[in-house]
Amino acid sequence: MTATYDVLLVGGGGAGLRAAIAIAETNPLLRIAVVSKVYPMRSHTVSAEGGSAAVISADDSLDEHAYDTISGGDWLCDQDAVDAFVREAPEELLRLEHWGCPWSRTPDGRVAVRSFGGMKNKRTWYAADKTGFHMLHTLFQTSLKYPSVIRYDEWFVTKLLVDDGRVQGVVALELMSGKVEPILAKAVILCTGGCGKVFPFTTNASIKTGDGMALAYTAGAPLKDMEFVQYHPTGLPFTGILITEASRAEGGWLLNKDGYRYLQDYDLGTPEPTPVLRSMELGPRDRLSQAFVKEVEKGRTIDGPYGPVVHLDLRHLGRELIDARIPFVRELCQKYQNIDPVKEMIPVRPVIHYIMGGVHTDIDGATPLAGLYAAGEVACVNINGANRLGSNSLTELLVFGARAGRAAAEYASTRADPSSSLLAQAEDEKRRLERDFLHKTDGSERPATIREEMQEAMEQGAGIYRSGEGLTRAADRLRELQERFRNVAVQDSSRTFNTELTSVLELSCMLDVAESMIQSALWREESRGAHQRTDFTERDDERFLAHSLTHRNPDGSSRIEYLPVTITRWPPGERVYGR
Amino acid sequence: MDDRITMRLARYRPEEEDEPTFEEYEVPCHKEWVVLDGLNYIKDQLDGTLSYRWSCRMGICGSCGMTVNGEPKLTCATFLTDYAPGPVHVEPMQNFPVVRDLIVEMTDFMEKLTAIKPWIVRDEERPLAEGEYRQTPDELNEYKQYSMCINCMLCYAACPVYGLDPDFIGPAAIATAQRYNLDSRDEGSDERLDLLSLHEGIWACTFVGECTKVCPKKVDPAGAIQRYKLDAALTSLKDLLLPWGAR
Repeated sequence: MTATYDVLLVGGGGAGLRAAIAIAETNPLLRIAVVSKVYPMRSHTVSAEGGSAAVISADDSLDEHAYDTISGGDWLCDQDAVDAFVREAPEELLRLEHWGCPWSRTPDGRVAVRSFGGMKNKRTWYAADKTGFHMLHTLFQTSLKYPSVIRYDEWFVTKLLVDDGRVQGVVALELMSGKVEPILAKAVILCTGGCGKVFPFTTNASIKTGDGMALAYTAGAPLKDMEFVQYHPTGLPFTGILITEASRAEGGWLLNKDGYRYLQDYDLGTPEPTPVLRSMELGPRDRLSQAFVKEVEKGRTIDGPYGPVVHLDLRHLGRELIDARIPFVRELCQKYQNIDPVKEMIPVRPVIHYIMGGVHTDIDGATPLAGLYAAGEVACVNINGANRLGSNSLTELLVFGARAGRAAAEYASTRADPSSSLLAQAEDEKRRLERDFLHKTDGSERPATIREEMQEAMEQGAGIYRSGEGLTRAADRLRELQERFRNVAVQDSSRTFNTELTSVLELSCMLDVAESMIQSALWREESRGAHQRTDFTERDDERFLAHSLTHRNPDGSSRIEYLPVTITRWPPGERVYGR
Repeated sequence: MDDRITMRLARYRPEEEDEPTFEEYEVPCHKEWVVLDGLNYIKDQLDGTLSYRWSCRMGICGSCGMTVNGEPKLTCATFLTDYAPGPVHVEPMQNFPVVRDLIVEMTDFMEKLTAIKPWIVRDEERPLAEGEYRQTPDELNEYKQYSMCINCMLCYAACPVYGLDPDFIGPAAIATAQRYNLDSRDEGSDERLDLLSLHEGIWACTFVGECTKVCPKKVDPAGAIQRYKLDAALTSLKDLLLPWGAR
């Protein structure tokens, strides 16, 4: 008999686990499946460092959190969604506290908060600098107490099953055995995270290949605001390992080759010895990454073996503070860069970190395709606008994971079990995997070569600064790579843990995601937040105060449409930092 | 730099062979490269059929534990140059069944982790409206170290007791049980103590401390085990002296 559930989650990271628990608590009788290509505690939520934002102090307010988020996002945020987000954020983080998350504390035992980039008040909850790790393990371990949550660990979803205009399950490959099976469900929630691996230099784990975005896109749900990709200003040069923004919130300085705090030249405020909120090193990530490029152009960066870098200086903070507040920064620098930030400056450069865009959803995580929901980085509600503020994404996992879980649970409660007519589709999918990959003998293109060329095209065409010309070139390269992908060779024909097969499936997802990024970037002829065009240098609210939607045409090509931004209380204005 | 190093990898393809074999590959030996970079080079450039797990490459997801020159290691945190001039021997973690190449079966660990009830147990849950449980930095420090476990399972690969007795619940699971037992918000320690007492293996653990030596996150499971044994001994002593169950 085919496995059948009420709600199926694709992905078991922060959003997926929060959704699973929300469903189990909404109705313990609902059958829940968590299908993940890795064991849930391996999910990339684990790598998040700095913290998770929610208003708790008496001198802070929900409106200020909303305003910081909206101005940080360059007015591309849907303000009704931001309102819901900031309102539900505190109780979600509190719930995690009740589930055992080891939040850092003040001396009297209350939850401590720290400053973060682009935030006007201290509202970032943290567990030293391993916040994502602790949140993920807390969620995962808490999820173990709900017997209605059935896990499919190390199952790779290859296709959404759609019938009668509704998503009604998935086809998935069990890595251990190689079997390909349908798993039916009345509702499916995508929680697969982001797609940083589309680029060559990223903080993202190897598993962040945009699978959920590609699944939705192929099934007919549009992708929203895919042109907005976040560079984090401080990554280690070779590995791309993230040095958390918390290191600047605790007082770290960014210095160019002259030892000069160069951010003062980019309308980000004047340097003070101690951190000032919404100023200098605590400016938003897009502006800091853009300032780096300008410093390179002025010849004021330091030449390193992996290209230009600037220095992040933490030495003046002292060993005690570093060990107490940002111990992981020290551990990572010592282990991977062979330097000790207590005594030495850290070489850093901007690195691909996050995608603001994703599967188009409403405020309850519902996509336009009935039965399909999405939450977390894979989704785009949109609360992050054209530039996400640090520490909003961990909170987003919780708020919108829970919302999507509750909405999907309600939807599933009113539907009958999926019909067995879907099984024919599953058989087709099984045959496709065998024909195109496992049993194919005439392929000649090495998957790694196509992947590297795609990453290079993306870095050149869709980096911190873009141009129509560069984007057009990238679009042409991607088309050629899509063509060559048809001829991809899979050497491994084994059924057992065939990671070459999964990496080829991931590559296929990344090519789709890359296409949507390039097309939406090409069409957006303005500069806003993380999307900076050298040929259209100003924000253009007349034409582009709108979300882009990338749809897939039946012939595989894409088309772009626009959707107005929801503005409620904060009309578009200037983004002001440091003054 | 044109230095190269030989990696000697355990290969096992269950559909083709009954026993693991070894294959050698030559890879660049850059000073920034970790063992995992060498494996990725092989997979991308030399042999796409090599199978292993990895994800974050920053020592926090816990995926890439293997045996490197006989020792349990996170391959993302182990530099190739430490083994120059080579060869570097890479094998799957010991004490686990091998699925394929460098991948081990980990369902046993997942069951053990679940068995110790790794969640906050309370008689009465505090309503959210009443805010957070107060927990001072000192109270946090009581269990913090044990909350750092990334479930990489290197401690199981190093554990002589687990090697002999697969029923032994093992270092990481016990450390995680202690993580909750020592959390001021938790009231489940009696329940967990009873669960752990069912596992005789724990008494076989002499203070060898291999688990603590190999732990990449300084969790000190050996300390957790000793502490547990002391708690359990005190409890049974009290049961003996105070049979009406006062604790």
